[in-house]
Amino acid sequence: MIIHHLNTKTTSIILSMAMIFFIVACSTENEPKASTDNFDRQAMLVNWADNIIIPAYDNYVGKLTDLTNAKNDFIANRTLSNLEALKIAWLEAYIAWQSVSMFEIGKAEELSLRDFTNVFPTSKTAIEEHVNSGTYDLTLPSSRNQQGFPAIDYLLHGAAENQEMILERFETEENLRNYLNDLINRLADLSTAVLQDWEGGYRDEFVNNDGSTASSSVNKLVNDYMFYYERTLRAGKIGIPAGVFSNTPLSDRVEAFYRRDVSKTLFMASLNATIDFFNGQYYNGNGQGESLKSYLDFLNSITDGSDLSGLINDQFAKSKAKAENLGENFYTEVENNNAQMLQTYDELQANTILLKVDMFQALNIRVDYVDADGD
Amino acid sequence: MRSTKAAPLAVFRIFFGFLMAISIIRFWALGWIDKLYIKPLFHFSYYGFEFIKPLGEWTYVLFLICGLSAIGVALGYKYRLSIILFFLSFTYIELMDKTTYLNHYYFISLVAFLLIFLPVNAYFSLDAKRQPILSFEQVPQWTIDALKLLVAIVYFYAGLAKLNSDWLLQGMPLKIWLPAHYDLPILGNFFHQNWLIYLFSWSGAIFDLSIPFLLLYKRIRLVAFVLVVVFHMLTWVLFPIGMFPFIMILAATIFFDAKFHDKLLSIAAKALKINKKKFDNQKKLLQSFNKANKLKISLLAVFFIVQITFPFRYLAYPGELFWTEEGYRFSWRVMLMEKAGYASFKIVNGKTGEHFYVNNADFLTPFQEKQMSTQPDFILEYAHFLKKHFEKQGHEYLEVYVESYVAINGRRSTAFVDPTVNLADKKESWKHKNWILPFNDEIKGL
Repeated sequence: MIIHHLNTKTTSIILSMAMIFFIVACSTENEPKASTDNFDRQAMLVNWADNIIIPAYDNYVGKLTDLTNAKNDFIANRTLSNLEALKIAWLEAYIAWQSVSMFEIGKAEELSLRDFTNVFPTSKTAIEEHVNSGTYDLTLPSSRNQQGFPAIDYLLHGAAENQEMILERFETEENLRNYLNDLINRLADLSTAVLQDWEGGYRDEFVNNDGSTASSSVNKLVNDYMFYYERTLRAGKIGIPAGVFSNTPLSDRVEAFYRRDVSKTLFMASLNATIDFFNGQYYNGNGQGESLKSYLDFLNSITDGSDLSGLINDQFAKSKAKAENLGENFYTEVENNNAQMLQTYDELQANTILLKVDMFQALNIRVDYVDADGD
Repeated sequence: MRSTKAAPLAVFRIFFGFLMAISIIRFWALGWIDKLYIKPLFHFSYYGFEFIKPLGEWTYVLFLICGLSAIGVALGYKYRLSIILFFLSFTYIELMDKTTYLNHYYFISLVAFLLIFLPVNAYFSLDAKRQPILSFEQVPQWTIDALKLLVAIVYFYAGLAKLNSDWLLQGMPLKIWLPAHYDLPILGNFFHQNWLIYLFSWSGAIFDLSIPFLLLYKRIRLVAFVLVVVFHMLTWVLFPIGMFPFIMILAATIFFDAKFHDKLLSIAAKALKINKKKFDNQKKLLQSFNKANKLKISLLAVFFIVQITFPFRYLAYPGELFWTEEGYRFSWRVMLMEKAGYASFKIVNGKTGEHFYVNNADFLTPFQEKQMSTQPDFILEYAHFLKKHFEKQGHEYLEVYVESYVAINGRRSTAFVDPTVNLADKKESWKHKNWILPFNDEIKGL
């Protein structure tokens, strides 16, 4: 009986504690500021989806439509001016690509969009074999370095010694025309599938997955962003050609190797897109929304830490300033001015640390879905 | 020697066995066997256990043995064999790659080891049913107390570990972790407010330090248990700690009176149509003091002395424990740090000075890379792996350097390992790693 009596007593203590707690919780909740001074991750996801990702894809798909049209014109009518128009459309689309490449999530992830769009160096030998035989399967993972912008780059700028001879090849080789046709159609198909998915159900799925677990949208996209910054931008566009990961510089690993004089343009487009995403800058027009920057600033106000977003933006500015000194043609930069390439790499590297160590810590980003009990 | 009812041991055995079986199934179903033990090219070993590696596709068989032996434990079927198999297979799994180290996995290995020596199959088990000679209603009191002591050590040491300035005065790392959960009903609205963060950190420390004693004290045991449930459910909601909360909640039931366990077993017996009376034979398992038993008891005494002293080994190392992590593991330091790092390895030809950097993703999974970049012993092991790898590729006079940065608990990142030290020359040992750069801040406390 005594035990029973105690049990009732303890139960009532617990209940009243819970009551007090709930009353406190609810009364504070009704105060106007209680929930408005919190960060809204969903607002950030909405900004990312509606003002950055979808408009960037929309623009990219539009540029690919232009590219498809230019390609159709050229295949129908193989004049020098049509070839030049095609080259311009290729560059425009390639630049537009730099603003969507980092968003390898959802359909893009499922399709391995990046790997089917921009793997370089492209394989000249394999491409010529395909053109010769006329049989190939562009959906195979092994064909990634035989398609996308780098492969088109080869066809348009490297398939023969000079522009006249390239034109001549297109004139005489139906297989070459077919290959060009297939490459551009594939780019258009892949990107359209991704855009349609975003405009269909995926946008809502993305925006509503606003938790903080490993599989939440923020967690996943920040990991994707970091992967892009580290591997594709820092290493792929600068570090690998400059020889950071090899004993000697590898000038043939630059982006747009056959065209040569646009590697800086592509790199800057990519760097700017990375910076804009960090700051929540709208893709079209001048506007800013919730972003990694504002999330960091909010968290910083709790921890009273250093101004991390300011440091990251400063380092972005330094990277940009260093890269501005580079020539348009990274091939010749690597060959003749590699010290400048390496310095640019160092500036990009400094931000890798701020992003991957300091920002990941502040945002408590998980790199993988596994159990953990603190680091 | 005092005797007591064997029911608490039986309940503990059943809970433990089934929870372990569920854990193994969960691990398997989530695809983690493949992801953590088969896919990676390289595995990080514990010092002295380098020979323990995943077994390729046979790793699945290992998990199968582990899961089946856990069920054997739960049923009390060929108990000694089951628990020994479970202990060995589970511990083997944990030793395969230290990337996955979790305090609660270590706890499970320890419990399994202890259970080898306890008569937990004496009551309400298939063994006791099939061999009446093994069936006892009463067991020596110490066998239950031993389990209580192990659970108490986990809580108390976890509490001691929280007595530091980051946890108590800075509210770290909860200040990083809690605000992210603003979407939790009610509580979430306050996760960015200092009063709640500090309430959580202080009450967490007090809870860990006091709960073993509260559970021992009969009059407040129920309240204590409610606290255990609330505490662990909160951690379950907030942190990705897997099965740990459930293991601890069920482990805490060992503190209850035998009446509670008896009742629980009666209910189970009724539901499963088991004749519980058969086990209530009033037989007493007496503690014998023959040579084997003396040896067993001495072994357990050593086991507990190690448990109590081992977590303090960090005192033998200079520098900040959170920074160097020398003596950090196996010490019940749970959820104490938010640590992030970055390590970039430079492979140098010592003769020509030619060098290049390594892309870690070529060799490590993202999870391995994360763990590697913040822990010196991982960095060293990986450096040696890289040396061997590139030697095989024909590189000569190899030197391995690392440029690394680490941030802990909201501080800015700073350089971690001396970038001028050739790690290929350094050997793993129990000694202090003098190539770790000093931590340029102070964390006061235990």
